[in-house]
Amino acid sequence: MPNLGTQTGQFEIAPISLWRRGMNGFVTLAAGAAVVLVLLPLGAIFAYLIYKGLGSINWAFLTQTPKPVGEAGGGMANAIAGSAYVLAIASVMGVPIGIGAGIYLAEYGRNRFGDVIRFTADVLNGVPSIVVGIVAYGIVVLGQGHFSALAGGVALAIMMIPTITRTSEEMLLLVPNAVREAAYGLGVSRWRTTLSITLRTATSGVITGVMLAFARVAGETAPLLFTAFGNQYWNWKMNQPTAALSLQVYTYAISPFDEWHRQAWAGALILIVLIVASVSAVRIAAGRGMLKGAN
Amino acid sequence: MGVGIKVEHLNAWFGKTQALHDISIDVPANHATAVIGPSGCGKSTFVRCLNRMHETVPDARATGKVRMGELDVYNGTAAVQIRRRIGMVFQKANPFPTMSIYDNVAAGLKLNGFHDRQRLDEIVERSLKLSALWDEVKDTLRKKSGASLSGGQQQRLCIARALAVSPEVLLMDEPCSALDPISTGKIEELIFQLKENFTIVIVTHNMQQASRVAEFTGFFLLGKLIEFDKTEKIFTTPSDKRTEDYITGRFG
Repeated sequence: MPNLGTQTGQFEIAPISLWRRGMNGFVTLAAGAAVVLVLLPLGAIFAYLIYKGLGSINWAFLTQTPKPVGEAGGGMANAIAGSAYVLAIASVMGVPIGIGAGIYLAEYGRNRFGDVIRFTADVLNGVPSIVVGIVAYGIVVLGQGHFSALAGGVALAIMMIPTITRTSEEMLLLVPNAVREAAYGLGVSRWRTTLSITLRTATSGVITGVMLAFARVAGETAPLLFTAFGNQYWNWKMNQPTAALSLQVYTYAISPFDEWHRQAWAGALILIVLIVASVSAVRIAAGRGMLKGAN
Repeated sequence: MGVGIKVEHLNAWFGKTQALHDISIDVPANHATAVIGPSGCGKSTFVRCLNRMHETVPDARATGKVRMGELDVYNGTAAVQIRRRIGMVFQKANPFPTMSIYDNVAAGLKLNGFHDRQRLDEIVERSLKLSALWDEVKDTLRKKSGASLSGGQQQRLCIARALAVSPEVLLMDEPCSALDPISTGKIEELIFQLKENFTIVIVTHNMQQASRVAEFTGFFLLGKLIEFDKTEKIFTTPSDKRTEDYITGRFG
């Protein structure tokens, strides 16, 4: 019978060894270093963009359309608006389809058809963006007979859908079944439970997925090259070519003019700032909405 | 007022496994009826068949006849209608995590399209008073989330939520198994009061609980109803040897 030392005072707590303390310090340090390594590229990109681009950002840059080569000044106002426009078209199409498909997969999709959709979404996620652009070109641009904002939106929507679908599915599956049962037990129908209870419980996760997809396509250039095409002037028509920040940055960056290079840097900076701003805005709005829901 | 439930030749399956075999039982109105038996004997499946929750599980099905008052549960009425008249409280408290206390209680009515604010306020207050939670939460009804309450309070919130849709029967599937003795005591007290207006069926692992709260008790074993009688009789002079073995702790 081993001595279990049940009497008080029998235990002597060994001092924590030097090796253990050293190891503890080392692991803490390593984790901290990893965080820095993750944040470093982001910080570096931001800093470099500010360094290169901030000087060219002024009121004219934000409010005017591009000037012809050789003329100083001008801006990217039409490209900023165009990006917002194309992204809005993409979101209007991509978000409902993506969330809808996610709901189907999570709540009804435990069958062969669901597996096919899952596989398709994963493959679509891996399709290079230039290929998506070609598809949108083939379907929308050739169909309409000219480049258009709509075609750009379709291309970006196609890229958003698989990300939104898969994250929505996963977020909905995280909602415990007990929550669904609680609703069924109150005589709430299945579709109502899915929309008002399950989806609502998973809202913040679903929004994260949407914003992830949004941020990913916001800076896409390749699928817009031969869909939205670019435009030197303002355009608010769905069926007309439109400028977009990423396109404008691309065009300016490969040009031989110094003035255009500076504007390309400024455009890139604006693009990043707008992405961060819109993601934060949606997060804050969603946070408020959740609180309101809890009130 | 509560109504009685008449169960005739009820069979239930999960896929190919039969979970309930030919259960016939008369649950009396305005009384508490306890369902006891070892784990896996079909107690939960039995109560889940009464409000057709059983069929929400994939591949699950049930046959037989269940009558609640004049209502034929398995024939001619939609499952959602049945569940509004037969409320349910689950083993683990399951408040809607993103909803306030108020919205949790009002959920059953709101989600079924009832939006009269004044009436909702009244019903929420009445339900929370019935479930003996009102005094503890009345100041934070809309501020606090249902999930922020303690385990015992959450379970009473779930009872209030079930009562808010004015059911005639309340099914309780081991409502106290995750609670401490004080919370358990509160819920048992509650069951005593609720009996006046509702018919209660309570599944329990705790035989003392069955003898404390229920006038009638059914003993289940391996998916069969072995014995159904007055609680007193079941616990003192059961007519079946297996019931006696179980309640004296020889197995289970």
